[in-house]
Formats: sequence, C-alpha cells, structure tokens
Amino acid sequence: MASVRLEKVCKAYGKHTVVHDLSMTIQDGECFTFLGPSGCGKTVVLRMIAGFEQPDSGEIWIGDTLVSSPARGVFLPPEKRRIGIVFQDYAVWPHKTVAENIIYPLTIQKVTRAEAAERTARTVAMVGLEGLGDRLPFQLSGGQQQRVALARALISRPQIMLLDEPLSNLDANLREEMRFEIKELQKNTGVTILYVTHDQEVALAISDRMAVMDENGVIRQVGAPDDIYEKPADSFVFKFMGVSNFIPLEWRSGSVYVMGSDSVLDCPLDAEQIEAVRSGTLVAGCRPHDVDLSAKVSDNWGVVRRAVYLGPVMDYRVSVGKVEIRAQKDIYEVLTKSCIFREGDTVGLRFFDLKWFREKELAVAAEAAQ
Amino acid sequence: MGIAEILLALSVLVLVVVVAIPVLLILGTAFFVDGHFNIKDVVQVLTEPDTYEALKNSLVIAAGVTLFSTFIGVFFAWLVSRTDLPFKGTMKLLFLIPFMLPSFIGALAWKMLLSPRSGYITKLLMSSFGLESAPFNIYSLAGIIAVETMYLFPFVFIQVSGALERMDPTLEESARISGAGLFTITRRITLPLMMPSIGAGALLVALYSLAHFGVPAILGSEVGIYNIPTKIYERIYQSGGNFSAIRTATILSTILVVSAGVILYLQSFILKAGRFQVISGKSMRPVLLKLRGMKIPLLILSIIYIAITVVLPTVTIFMVGTLKTYGLEFTAANMTLDNIKYILFEWKMTQDAIWNSFYISLAAALVTMLVGTLISYVIVKMKVRGKFLLEFLGVLPFSLPGTVIALGVILMWSGRFGVNLYNTAWIILIAYIARYMAFSLKSNSAALEQVHDSLEEAARACGATHWQALKDIVIPLIKPGMVAAFFLIFLPALRELTTSVLLYGPKTRTIGVAIYTLNEDGETVYAAALASVALVIIVIGQLVIKRVTRSKLEGE
Repeated sequence: MASVRLEKVCKAYGKHTVVHDLSMTIQDGECFTFLGPSGCGKTVVLRMIAGFEQPDSGEIWIGDTLVSSPARGVFLPPEKRRIGIVFQDYAVWPHKTVAENIIYPLTIQKVTRAEAAERTARTVAMVGLEGLGDRLPFQLSGGQQQRVALARALISRPQIMLLDEPLSNLDANLREEMRFEIKELQKNTGVTILYVTHDQEVALAISDRMAVMDENGVIRQVGAPDDIYEKPADSFVFKFMGVSNFIPLEWRSGSVYVMGSDSVLDCPLDAEQIEAVRSGTLVAGCRPHDVDLSAKVSDNWGVVRRAVYLGPVMDYRVSVGKVEIRAQKDIYEVLTKSCIFREGDTVGLRFFDLKWFREKELAVAAEAAQ
Repeated sequence: MGIAEILLALSVLVLVVVVAIPVLLILGTAFFVDGHFNIKDVVQVLTEPDTYEALKNSLVIAAGVTLFSTFIGVFFAWLVSRTDLPFKGTMKLLFLIPFMLPSFIGALAWKMLLSPRSGYITKLLMSSFGLESAPFNIYSLAGIIAVETMYLFPFVFIQVSGALERMDPTLEESARISGAGLFTITRRITLPLMMPSIGAGALLVALYSLAHFGVPAILGSEVGIYNIPTKIYERIYQSGGNFSAIRTATILSTILVVSAGVILYLQSFILKAGRFQVISGKSMRPVLLKLRGMKIPLLILSIIYIAITVVLPTVTIFMVGTLKTYGLEFTAANMTLDNIKYILFEWKMTQDAIWNSFYISLAAALVTMLVGTLISYVIVKMKVRGKFLLEFLGVLPFSLPGTVIALGVILMWSGRFGVNLYNTAWIILIAYIARYMAFSLKSNSAALEQVHDSLEEAARACGATHWQALKDIVIPLIKPGMVAAFFLIFLPALRELTTSVLLYGPKTRTIGVAIYTLNEDGETVYAAALASVALVIIVIGQLVIKRVTRSKLEGE
C-alpha cells in the first residue's frame, strides 16, 4: 500500500490547459475521490498517476518512488507502477474467459501455477463470481463484467487502485450494491483507492476524503464527505453536491429582502454581512428540504408555481418575487399536518440552515435564480 | 518512449519506399526535363492527337459506365430491399457475383460471343435472320461501356441496398401517415435520403472505370480504341521504354492520380454530408412495395439479367476452353478436356504463370497484411509526434491506380537507385504491396477502431509491457480483421492484370498476364482454358473465405 503525492503537476493539450499546478497528497490506505463535472480533468489526473499520460511539469510520487518528473527525466511506465485500474467501460478482454482475465496479471508476473490458481480462486470468491470462471465476457451482465475488472485489478495486490467512473454504466440498484462492495474490498485489503466520478452520491458514500473540482480543473475544496456537504467552501461546491436554492438579497429600509420582492428574510446578520448585502456580494443558499412552507402567510411569502408528487416527498416550486425557490417536504409530514399546497396558493416561507456565499458567486446565484 | 518512434519510423519508411518515392518519380519525370520545370512539354504531350483521344475515351467510358451502373445498381438494390420480389435473398447474392469475377475474363467471353466476325451470338443472329453484316460490334466504346457496367454496378448496388436496409422506417412511416402514397414517398423521402449512398457508389464506379485496364485492353486495343491505362501500356511496350514514351506515360499517370484524388475527396465530402441522414442500426421491417402483377415479370427480368451478365459469359469461357479449335461448333465431337490438361500439366508457360501468381500473391498478402497492421496501429492507437506524416502517406495508396503503381515501381527499381529488379518477381511483389496496401489499411484500421484503448491500458496496468499487451490483447482481438485483410489481398492478387502486365518478364508471367497474352497471340482456346482454371480457383477461394469468416463468428 502506498500514498500518492502530486506536486505542482501541470498538463495541457495544445493550448488547452487541463490540469494547472495541482499539488495534493492521498494518504496510504485512504479512499480518495476526485469529484467534478465532465471535462474538468479528473480523469487526466488519474491517467497521469497510472502512467498513461505524462505530465508537462511537476512530480508524481507513489509511496517513496518518483514515477513521473519531466524535469528529472523520470517516467515509470504503467506496468512498473504496481497499480490496479478499473475503467468505466470495464475493459474486460472479450477473447479471454473470466478466469483467464483475472489470472492475467499473475501470468505476467510468472507466479507459479499452483499459487496463481489459489489466488484466482480467492479473488473470484472475493468479488462474488464463483462458478463463472469459464464464461466469456459477452455471457456476463454489466455488473458481473465490472466485478471481473475489479478482480483483475486486485489480484496482483497493487499499491493503489484507480477507479475511473466504474459504476456509471450500471443501473441504479447495481450501482448501490457495487459501491458498497468496493468499500468492503477496501476495508478487507487496505488498498489505497483513488476514485474518479461526477456522481456526488457515490462520492459521499465511498470516500474517506474527496476533492471537488470545477470545470476549469481547479480544486475548490478537499475534505471528508460530511465537511464538504455541511460546510461547502463556496457556492460551486454547494451547488455541485445536490439540488440547491440560491437566494439573492438586497438591503432596504433596515431589512434584508429577497431581491426584487417584498419578502423579508428573517435572520440575524452581523455588520459585515449587512455590508456585503449592501454591496450586492452576499447570497444565501439552502437545500430544498431546509425550506419550510406553511399556510400562515408571514413577511416572508411566496406563491406556489408547481407542486409535484415524488413518492417520499412533495416537491414545490415557489416564486418569491422573481426568485424561484425549490422546497421539498416529507410526504408523511405533508399528510399528517395536512399542509398540501396547490399551484397558485400563497404560502409563508422559513429557511433553516442557511449558508452564506460571498464574492463573484453572485453570477452563479443569478443564473440559479433564472 | 522508444517503441513509438521506432514503429512510426518503420511505418513511414515502408510507405515512403513503396508509395511515396514512386509517385514523386512519376511527378518528377512528368514535369521536369533536365532538372527544369517544364509545363510546355506537358501541354504538348496532352494535345497530341492520340493522347488526347485516350483522355477523351477514358472520360466517355467512365461517364457511361457510371451512369448505367448507377441506374442498374439503384434499380436492383431497390428491387431486392424494398419490394416483395420473390427469392430476394438469393437474388441479392446473385447480384454480387460479378464482383468476384475478373472483368477481363468477362471481356474475353463477350469478345467470343459478340465479335463482328466470329462471335457465336453474332453468327447465330446473322444466320437466323440472314443478315449481311454483324448487328453489334463489341469492339467499340459502347461495347466497353456495356461490359464494364456488368462488372462495376455492384459498387452502387452494395452501397444503396445497405443504406436502404439500415434506413429508419419511421421516416417513411411518418410520410405515410401524412397521407403520401408509396410512389411519392419513394421519390420525395427515400430517394433523397439515399443520395449520399448513390453518390458514393457512383464515384467508386467512376474511380475504377477511369483507371480500368482489362476490358478496354481486350475490347479496344485491337481496333485502336485506347483509354489512359491502355495508352500507357501501349506506349511503354511499343517504344521499348524510351524516354519520351515514359514521359508520356508519367504525364497520363499524373492525370489518373489527380482525378482519383478529386474523386476520393468528393466521396469523403458526400459521405460526410450524408452523416445527418437518419440511418439506425436497429433491425426493422420497412414497408415493402407490393409488386402485384409486376412480381413475376420483374423476377424474370432479374433472372435474365443475371443469366446474360453472369451465367452466359462464364459458360462461354468453360465451353470455349474445351474446344479443339476456336470457332468450331459446340458439339461433343469438338470438345475435349485436353486443353485443361495441357495447360495444367504439360505447358511450362501456364504452369509457371499459375505458380507465379500463387506465390507472389501469397507473399504480397502476408507482407501487406502485416505492414498494414503496423501502420494502422500507429495511426489509430499511438500518440507520437510526427504522426500526421504517416496519416498523410496512409491516404496515398487509396488514390493510386494499378497502372500508376506499375509505372512508379518501374521508375524506381530499374537500376536508378542501384537496384534493378526489372523482369523479376520482386518488382511484381513490390507493386502488389503498394497496390493492395489500401485494402489492408482499411480492414486493419476498422478492426483496431473496435478495440477500445482501455483494453490495452488494462493490460499495461496488469504489468504487461507494451509488446506483451500487443501480443496478448491487441493482436488476438484484431485477428479477424487481419485474416480478412489477407484474403482481401490474396484473391484479387491471384487474378491481377493491370500492374502485372506492365511488369512481367519472360519468366514472371502471372495468371492474368498469361490469359491476356494468350488472347493477344490468338490462342483463344488456351486463354479460355486458363481462364476456366482461374475461375475455379476464385470460386474455391471465395468458399474458403466464407468458411474461415463463418467459423470465426461461431468461435467468438
């Protein structure tokens, strides 16, 4: 097992810079996720660690081994990095059986036949593919193929496992099951896992720590899943982690109003925040389930524009002036308190757990408000 | 990364030696006299009456063949894929047979049937109707156009029937729902959607016809009708290889290369423009036009067409091949298998020709397949600086007609660079490699594009070196493509005529050359007998391909 250290890594394709000056350390035995929208360069980072791409500058260390450093002329080819990799498209070799696929790394390492057979059997059992050893990949389901890929990556006991969106081709149920199993595998083997995904749910479920990247490849926040979710560093992270409301504000006659409306936001602000509202650089954010609606109309009110039944929750879109707020209420609560609203109803609003975002993020908020 | 650069350099080297230098030599010879650029002479050569005539003939033939092939190809494609014609599956296979048959053998057969003096059909018609002179003359532009059309129309047929079968039927259905009749739909919806495929097929026909040697050589040269390739051949043979003949040949070759380039460019343009058309990969049952009363007449028409264009010439070749002397009646007393026995077991010249064709084609197929795999791999899979050079060179083989390749290898390998391969089998081998490189590149790169990069990367991550990954993963996965490439080269090479006829020496006749020269020398019966043998070999070869490709499918 090993840690991974990136130091000032840069990578560009032609004039397009994909990774800019990236420095970070992934701890030994940790499950670390790069989370970001497609095209943010997260896969490129993974491929540089794997050795499929060479950085333009900077250094990459796996454990105590320098694996890439253009300045020092170091480039360790992928086959010498002791990694296991699982791709989004499984990359299970179609001309080899399940057993032949899984045993391949051991054949390359010239492990004795008896040991190879024993380890293959163990790995096959670990990923739950018993009895399928003689099948060809086209006879397997997507989930089974992904298990083959996992087993093949694990069998050579790699120092690090690199997983590139391994679940996104699977259906929702299977995805949930597989992410649990990946987590189990990590617990049992203690391998360092580097996971790349655009799916925040998977990232939250699987990671010890995660890095959220924006579309320009800039890392906005690194931290444990609950940190990222509860204490987003900025509006980008907040927005990326789930459905979100951004509420632009304005300061009028001693109160904070939702911009362009006569709804008063009833919450205490310190002097600095008030100043920020005045200069138009403070915006509030909250999740739909942190919005409470009531039939009792207060200073903070809006009109229900759309009400949709989603099974466990009711989903409302409420207009406050020109700002649209999304609210979700637990269906149990809706029924017991009999607070079902129809389109056109005027409702009172209360926000819980408001997050405050500053600076240029107003642009994001304005976009969200449209 | 040493390996990438080595592979790239190797690929570039092969293409430079086999394709680029010969082409440059042709251009150099055409445009430079004593080291000076000279366009005046070029114009002068082109305005000479007989070169001008050859240019004109090439154009007329290509235009005629393209026009007729397009009509026939589209008509039959529509008939087998969009109507309730009986036995459609069988008919479809039958329409593809002309593809397998060498057109110069077909020309030979038609000459035997329709030549104005001794053609069997001509004689029959003249005696039955008491005609004074022959009703047709196959030795004419019209004859050449007709025979070439029979062998080239499948290009259009394949393109169009493929596209018709893949077309999304909902496009037609929605037109039907809007109240349009089937005729209107065919004219307003189906036909416009098929235009890119029709265009692509037609251009392919034009490309082949413009540079086609066999049919005009057999049906035109005798009466002084030349197109560009036969004119090049005539010049080089008549002059014994003097400079002015070579120069004329290079200038004509330049025209062939440029027109091929233009045609290929147009084709890629048309195909790209056709991308928008909604052709899906799903299996579907499009609306079939009910032919009703026309069903049987159209079936009979198709059968007659195939009988005339496929069965009749083939039977003629076999029957003439067994005659004691050309011109005799087809009666049991006049027929014998001795000709076949003679050319197979007694005559050194024909035995050599068969053996030469066999081993040169085998070598060419092996080398071209392997080199093509290497070049395709670098182009499709590798990230290496300087790849654009290879990509550029890789397009060249597609636009070089056989005659041009032959001329190029003559210029390069006749001692100018210290190596003289003229009159040896080597020069034919090199020409075949250049000629069939395009097939190999096409087949191999198609196979490689199916192999996703991650399959190879997964092997690298498993600890395999680049070579191991190639050996264990990539090569096994593209093997079907490589096998296909091998046969795509081997079978056409066996019956090759266009390049071989410019390169053969006393001991290096190929099957095609032997048939051609036997015919020239008036040994019609032996020409037909050897052609029969060639046809049998071709049919066996096709059956083997079917076998191999099918067992591949079952094995996977």
